[in-house]
Amino acid sequence: MTAAVLDHDSAPAHEEHHTSLPVNSRKLAIWTFIGSECLFFASLITTFVIYRDSHAKGPGPKDVFGVPLVTSGTAVLLFSSFFVVMALNGAQQGNRKKLLTWLSLTVLCGMFFVGMQVYEFTHFVHEGMGYTTNLFASSFFTLTGFHGTHVAIGTLWLGTLLKDAYKGRIPPSKALNLEIAALYWHFVDVVWIIIFPVVYLMSLGR
Amino acid sequence: MTSDTAIVHDAHDIPHASAGKYVQIASVLFVLTALEVLLYEVCFGHLRASTGSFSASLAPHFVSVLLILSAMKFWFVAMFYMHLKFDIKILSWLFGFSLMIAFVVICALFVLFTYNRTLWWWNKPW
Repeated sequence: MTAAVLDHDSAPAHEEHHTSLPVNSRKLAIWTFIGSECLFFASLITTFVIYRDSHAKGPGPKDVFGVPLVTSGTAVLLFSSFFVVMALNGAQQGNRKKLLTWLSLTVLCGMFFVGMQVYEFTHFVHEGMGYTTNLFASSFFTLTGFHGTHVAIGTLWLGTLLKDAYKGRIPPSKALNLEIAALYWHFVDVVWIIIFPVVYLMSLGR
Repeated sequence: MTSDTAIVHDAHDIPHASAGKYVQIASVLFVLTALEVLLYEVCFGHLRASTGSFSASLAPHFVSVLLILSAMKFWFVAMFYMHLKFDIKILSWLFGFSLMIAFVVICALFVLFTYNRTLWWWNKPW
């Protein structure tokens, strides 16, 4: 018994999760969480769309938004989604070098995106668009701020997994740990896939 | 016991897709994003002047085309990168159900705000 407890790390992950459902309980949990996040972001995106013309005072979308910077952020986030599936592929094959390389690139992309958003917010504040300037600004900062927070949390989560991978703690039997984090990361990417055209391109093209 | 093992094994030990497939999906996603930016540039950006009548004919469909391109990207990421295409169907139903409720929330918010605007803030800045 003691030996079994001490040998916990080397036991296959799926032996720990017997449920009556034909799906791993942790995977079901992350999908349920993602489902609840859909409602959260749907509300925020709709609120932004409703308020985006409410900028009688202060700058509006055409005064502050810039396509090149946000496009580069979008590209980086799309790259990161590709990188994390390649890392998962490496973890499932037991290829540690592949796992470490792609996971490191994913974490770097996450850091770049958060940096891009911090730069963008700072630029907007210098342009005279603060959080309480108008309803457009409030809804914009709330939506993109919450998304940025999700990206930051995802980056930290993947960073801890990168540390585990570096120490050899993600064998193929524990690839599910990375798969769950990757699902969260893809969801964050999917939300940006909606935010980029709806918030930036459509607001500029009005 | 045997069936339990088989079920759990089935739940998360299935190889999802090959690395080559992931590269193909990444290429499609980048092409779609490039099309979104190109569409904006043609309709309202730097390419507007040089494209002339094409730009004018495309502009009314800008929002719908952009939404279709986004929906395609969404589908590719959900199906292949999030493995819904390969995973057990209950997860697809769970995600689909959430999206359906999200759509209802979106419609409800639009109706609520339009109704309020019509009643109390008609023709007034808000």
